[in-house]
Amino acid sequence: MSSASPTGVAAGTSQLLELRGVHTHIGAYHILHGVDLQVPRGQVTMLLGRNGAGKTTTLRTIMGLWQASQGSLHFEGHDITRLHTPQIAAMNIAYVPETMGIFADLTVQENMLLAARSAKRASQMDAARLQWIFGLFPAVETFWHHPAGKLSGGQKQMLAVARAIVEPRDLLIVDEPSKGLAPSIVNNMIDAFAQLKESGVSILLVEQNIRFAQRLGDTVAVMDNGRVVHAGAMQVLADDTALQRNLLGLAL
Amino acid sequence: MLNRLLSNDLPRSRMLAVVLVGLLLGLAFAPFLFPGVKALNVAAKVLVFIVLVGSFDLLLGYTGIVSFAHTMFFGIGAYGIAIATTRMGPTWPALAAGVAGALALSLVLALVIGLFSLRVRAIFFAMITLAVASAFLTLASQLSDITGGEDGLTFKVPGLLSPSFALMEEPFLGVVIDGRLLTYYLLFVLALVLLLTLLRIVNSPFGRVLQAIRENEFRAEAIGYRVVVYRTISSVLSALFACVAGAMLALWLRYNGPDTSMSFEIMMDVLLIVVIGGMGTVYGAAIGAALFLVAQGYLQDLLRLGSEAASSIPWLSALLSPDRWLLWLGVLFVLSVYHFPTGVVGRLRTRAAAAALRKA
Amino acid sequence: MTIQARGFDWIPLALVPALALVMLPLVGSPSSWLTLTVAGLAMGLIIFVIASGLTLVFGLMDVLNFGHGLFIALGAFVATTVLGTMSDWTGSASLWRNLAAVLPAMLVAMAVAGAVGLAFERFIVRPVYGQHLKQILITMGGMIIGEELIKVVWGPQQIALPLPEAMRGSVLLGEAAIEKYRLFVVVVGLLVFGALAWTLNRTKIGLLIRAGVQDREMVEALGYRIRRLFVAVFAMGSALAGLGGVLWGLYQQMVLPQMGAQVNVLIFIVIIIGGLGSTTGALVGALLVGLMANYTGFLAPKVALFSNIALMAAILLWRPQGVYPVSNR
Repeated sequence: MSSASPTGVAAGTSQLLELRGVHTHIGAYHILHGVDLQVPRGQVTMLLGRNGAGKTTTLRTIMGLWQASQGSLHFEGHDITRLHTPQIAAMNIAYVPETMGIFADLTVQENMLLAARSAKRASQMDAARLQWIFGLFPAVETFWHHPAGKLSGGQKQMLAVARAIVEPRDLLIVDEPSKGLAPSIVNNMIDAFAQLKESGVSILLVEQNIRFAQRLGDTVAVMDNGRVVHAGAMQVLADDTALQRNLLGLAL
Repeated sequence: MLNRLLSNDLPRSRMLAVVLVGLLLGLAFAPFLFPGVKALNVAAKVLVFIVLVGSFDLLLGYTGIVSFAHTMFFGIGAYGIAIATTRMGPTWPALAAGVAGALALSLVLALVIGLFSLRVRAIFFAMITLAVASAFLTLASQLSDITGGEDGLTFKVPGLLSPSFALMEEPFLGVVIDGRLLTYYLLFVLALVLLLTLLRIVNSPFGRVLQAIRENEFRAEAIGYRVVVYRTISSVLSALFACVAGAMLALWLRYNGPDTSMSFEIMMDVLLIVVIGGMGTVYGAAIGAALFLVAQGYLQDLLRLGSEAASSIPWLSALLSPDRWLLWLGVLFVLSVYHFPTGVVGRLRTRAAAAALRKA
Repeated sequence: MTIQARGFDWIPLALVPALALVMLPLVGSPSSWLTLTVAGLAMGLIIFVIASGLTLVFGLMDVLNFGHGLFIALGAFVATTVLGTMSDWTGSASLWRNLAAVLPAMLVAMAVAGAVGLAFERFIVRPVYGQHLKQILITMGGMIIGEELIKVVWGPQQIALPLPEAMRGSVLLGEAAIEKYRLFVVVVGLLVFGALAWTLNRTKIGLLIRAGVQDREMVEALGYRIRRLFVAVFAMGSALAGLGGVLWGLYQQMVLPQMGAQVNVLIFIVIIIGGLGSTTGALVGALLVGLMANYTGFLAPKVALFSNIALMAAILLWRPQGVYPVSNR
């Protein structure tokens, strides 16, 4: 039930986010069977695994959208196991769900304003930061006053990520940002995340896209059947094709 | 044989079985056991409500639909008899025509309402039925040439059933066998037959599909059952039963007006009974109706006592005034929904099952 | 749901003047038409004031309050008490004195209704979040209890609520007689709509409400405690219903304990037409219902009652989710 020893992470580094023996039940279904996960500070942690392995459930449990039935979750040393979603989000964790969570009837600007907790009006949003975001995601600027529902799939995805970083956050949790996107957009997305990573944001990323994983991941955790079955440095996994085939059923 | 009669839906609790048998005997021999006009009135009302609430439970407890139009069908049945006998005279053909007409109208309306639920969500459906029912109520008071308006219609019933008819000169076991008594037993037989029919319906394959739909509509549709069709059939059946219950009421009262059968209060009574008795258990309607109507009949007396006892504290006295019995019923209702969701029948069955487990 | 090119879907809103224009030839005389139209708008705006809270509560928290009518009755009865103590001001021929009596009555009614709304949410609604069936049953039960308590406090019979002196009578616009009170209602109604529209569209709280109506979970994931917001919206909705009750009571010049239950049905029709969760929809629905009631009341009184149902059926056949459906999670 416990994962392989996390290699590549210096022993004694305090983890930004730590899950220990987390079980989650959804109704009668037992989805997570004791997840142990460490998300180090200042790195990109990839969460990989086949469909149905429990990746999204893990993210939702972290965000408090589902309550863990057993085990503990700690963020920056605080116990967040029993906290409600708004409290967890208020600890400066940004969440981009698989469904993006875009408010279709609101404009792009309003979507961004909503995410900017400290701003009471659009004018109070950090202009410099917005410029940086526009640089990463030009579509956000182009469609600033349009209803968000009008955006294409790829643009919505960019908006979802832009929203998550409109204010500085300590941890970004993103669920499959490249799903269903055209390859050129995926490249944009990778560049954006690379820039984010360089700016020092800690990221927990669920991705099926292999290039994404390879290019960005520092640490990797692989899930199967509701457990983390392998954790360690990305490089180690990337160098070991046999391990890749074993865990993921294919080579990176 | 009992199994087949009850369509394999046994009480499953000794306590419940005892209560039901007691109820059956009590109602069967009511004229002899409980002398007096008031007691017989309450008993007759219980019979009517058993059918009315039982059919509502088919809709609410088994199909999972809230419809506020139930009392509308109740009223249609009552008005059917009232209008027919007023127009055609107190004859058996008039009764037949009245019932037939009422059933036909109920069928059509239930179909229309049921099919409309195709396009709207369940929540909309509840609100729409509320709107339609209240429209009908106003219609009944407005079409005074046909319905007698606010005053309603008073009418005579065919000779055999009328109070002046006497089967024998001498009282039998202390009770005169008059038309009233015969009407009572007609109602009794009808109620019994209809209740057993309801049991048959909810325990049939059809009934089981209804329950599947109530539990998980999506899955039922995915398996291949056209949910809308089943729901429509259920609401039509429920409406027809309610219509007959209305006819029964009209026969007993020999009067019908908008408030007698279609008022909002009656709808609340039905809801209260089905919740207290136990949703999704036809027996709940029977027990609930008996409990509720007996209490209602005598609750006001109780409150009057309380109000007089508290006469030195004006606000308490006002709260306990017998006119405010609906307040206490409302409190009871809210508490039942919270703490007593399975109702009397559900409670008894759970206790019996738990006791059985302990013995095993 | 389709989003029209670059923003707003004008068709439902255009139905309101369209209906009015269609009715002009049917009514015949322009002056009667004008009277009816103003009456219809006034009635419609009162209904809007009452319905707006209900539709937001449903859209935001998926809570069906079948007992909303209670706050209407409560507001109306409170107004009778307040105005009763200010009879010298309501009896005065000066409009300002009248307003100085009516406005406090409205404010007190709103405060009381809002406070009772808070209690209602806490004790009746909160325990049954997420369970629609129980909500329907319990909120109805709550309304019955409330209605009976009103009878305990104010007595079971109807109480007259006469209009203050200077607000009675009509003004003449050409040949059309327009009741002064109805103009007052139109002004108040438009002010409420304006305030609601401004709050929803120009403030952060309004933004939260609009977002919450679409995707409650995501708003929580952005760090906002939407439950608290919900309680506030519920209280505000109840307060608005109370205000609507005062306006309605003065419109009818009397109040009844059952008036809540009576208006309930109308409110449901309105929010079904409008689309659960949409304030603009509630406005369109309310205006259509108000106009329809007045036109048919004039042209074919027997049909008047069914006209609302027919209207609702027609709208649902066109847009089954209401005229402005809210795109939900």
